[in-house]
Amino acid sequence: MSVALVLGGALAVACVVLVALPFLREPAPSSDAVDALDDAERDALELAETRDRALGALKELEADHRSGRITDHDYRALVGTLRRDAAEALRALDRGGAGPGPAEAKSS
Amino acid sequence: MAELGRAALAVTLGLSLYALLAGGYAAARGRRRLALSARNALIAAFGSTLVATAVLVTGFLRDDFSLAYVAGHSSRALPTPYKISALWGGQEGSLLLWLLILTGYSALAVWLGRNRLRDLLVWVTPVLAGICVGFAWLLVGVSSPFEVIGAPLDGRGLNPSLQNPYMVAHPVLLYLGYVGLAVPFAFAMGSLLSGRIDERWLVATRRWTIVAWTALGIGQLLGAHWAYEEVGWGGYYAWDPVENAALMPWLAATAYLHSVMIQEKRGMLKVWNVVLVSLAFCLSLFGTFLTRSGIVSSIHSFTQSSIGAWFLGFIVIAVIFATTMICLRLPLLRATAKLESLISREATFLYNNLLLVALCLTILWGTSWPILSEAVRGEAVVVGRPYYDFFLRIFGLPLLLLMGIGPLVAWRRASLRGLSRTFAWSAGAAVASGVVLIALGAGSSVPGLIAYTFAAFVSTTIVAEFARGTSARRALTGEAIPRAFSGLVARNRRRYGGYVVHAAIVLLAIGIAGSSAYDSVAEGRLARGETLSVAGYDLTYRTLSERDGANATEIRAVLDVRRDGDSLGTVSAGKNAYAVEQQVSNEVGIRSDLLTGEDLFVIAEQVYDDGSVQFRVFVKPLVNLIWLAGLVFLLGSLITLWPDAREQRRLVERYARAARSNRRAASTP
Repeated sequence: MSVALVLGGALAVACVVLVALPFLREPAPSSDAVDALDDAERDALELAETRDRALGALKELEADHRSGRITDHDYRALVGTLRRDAAEALRALDRGGAGPGPAEAKSS
Repeated sequence: MAELGRAALAVTLGLSLYALLAGGYAAARGRRRLALSARNALIAAFGSTLVATAVLVTGFLRDDFSLAYVAGHSSRALPTPYKISALWGGQEGSLLLWLLILTGYSALAVWLGRNRLRDLLVWVTPVLAGICVGFAWLLVGVSSPFEVIGAPLDGRGLNPSLQNPYMVAHPVLLYLGYVGLAVPFAFAMGSLLSGRIDERWLVATRRWTIVAWTALGIGQLLGAHWAYEEVGWGGYYAWDPVENAALMPWLAATAYLHSVMIQEKRGMLKVWNVVLVSLAFCLSLFGTFLTRSGIVSSIHSFTQSSIGAWFLGFIVIAVIFATTMICLRLPLLRATAKLESLISREATFLYNNLLLVALCLTILWGTSWPILSEAVRGEAVVVGRPYYDFFLRIFGLPLLLLMGIGPLVAWRRASLRGLSRTFAWSAGAAVASGVVLIALGAGSSVPGLIAYTFAAFVSTTIVAEFARGTSARRALTGEAIPRAFSGLVARNRRRYGGYVVHAAIVLLAIGIAGSSAYDSVAEGRLARGETLSVAGYDLTYRTLSERDGANATEIRAVLDVRRDGDSLGTVSAGKNAYAVEQQVSNEVGIRSDLLTGEDLFVIAEQVYDDGSVQFRVFVKPLVNLIWLAGLVFLLGSLITLWPDAREQRRLVERYARAARSNRRAASTP
């Protein structure tokens, strides 16, 4: 009984210390705000995702065509659009998130 | 030590509650240190749950029958491995295992994402903590595994059906799967709560989902093998509610693993993906509810209890919470692209998704119907095997075919002319297989014939895919075939790992079709020296023996097996009588032909006083392909899960901005 109580107490104390650690380490931080992405960073992230999607699609099409999964006819029908999307995504990212992504650009 | 166990669980509940409330407040108000404190509480909750589990396992190993749970599920004679597995042999221990895995997964998830996903984790932490609170409360306030009684001299033992090596691993794997689905759910909800619907939650949860899905898949196969060997009715899957409970979240997770690719590649199906993740998690709760509540009669359900209402409450809360969040964030979940053609990769994945979800919901309806009918009419109406078999064929066979079609169709749109060229070989192989099978007499089962034909189509597609890819890589790099092959797989792990998983599903389909559509059965009461014949086998009953095993009396009937005049040795079948548990189990005899995949399966249904035995004998063609499928499935999953350094570099570059903004906080523990 006493051993169990001691062990239980030690467990509770250890947990409390771990939970309180951020406050013990930084009793008076200069900023206590959660580090979230600001609007510009969020836009850049979305553009990077769009770029990766466009480049990935182009790369996969090239690989599928090279291996014979995609016929010349289908390849020619798709490659132009994908190249335009990839180029637009890269340009938008270079502009630092000022311009629209390829999907938005196409729909507008 | 029961006090320590109870105290540890109370600490877990307190920590989880703190992580929920403090984490929620920190997320809403943007308090960094409080969010870190909540995260630490979640990690500490794993530590305290581990202590509680260690106390209970120690109780089993030390035969501490003052613990009611140990007394109810163990005995002094129980072999040590089963004393450990007795931990999850009953309700309270199973819930403790659930909580241990949940807190373990939660701690790992928040720790692994502490740098790159810090702003997302602020919202994920309270969601995970909320789930932990539910299970911790069940163990502290409703169904404690640390109830103390006046210690009897010996325990009541473990249900004989659970004294099987497969039962050591099967429940753990199922729980790893069930609980693992909580992580993608928490990330999806965290993403919705935060209002940041970028792809980070998808990237963060991809591997978690595959791990959970793999564990659930392998767990089900081990469960099927356990049923095959231990339950002794000659089958491996009976559409039992508890079996269905594990299959449903697996189907939902399978749909998600396919549809998530559409979001990653095309920016579509964002709402659908969140719905699937939520569905998979809610179904995993439903599965645990079915298994643990005792609400349905099942050979896999080893308990009757009063926690059903609590579980139902959790499920309702989870459904309402997920639905509300999805509805609130609908404007942010708009697709950035549209479906351009009904003949495209994304369209075939969509068809695949619709079939998987239709199958899942059909099974859900069949599984829930006895509960609903009992609630409404006061009489439980059980949905039988024909219902499930019908829908498995209706939805499963097209799914099998789509597995061969989907990966070869171009994204966005494909021409019929191109497809006819791409699929010429596969279609030819399928037609040829069908003709040969009809000539061999396999036309007796139309669904079986269709399954084999489609399996041939998919197999040819997979082989052609590996061959085309290797050939293209050789042309590009000049590498030798083995190096080009390994390089191909290493550089496209998700794609080729996925093909290996597809190959496993083909093996599974062949095994199921073979063993269910083309099996043979014979039965009869035999005296010593008499023979029973089935599907070319002649079984002659020779002797009946009895011996005392570790904790049971084992009775075995020995039969000589001959085929076409050649002796194939002997096979034994009988019964085990467990003295402590006061139960008798069927111990079937199985003779496997690993070359053909066929099993000779013998059940000694009744042993009579005069020494004669009532036998039932099955011949199950290709059944061993089902177990082989498990190994191939595991291999494919491991290939997919294996870290890809190139992808990691790409993601690091993509998220550099987010990482930079979080760097200052990363140094804080």
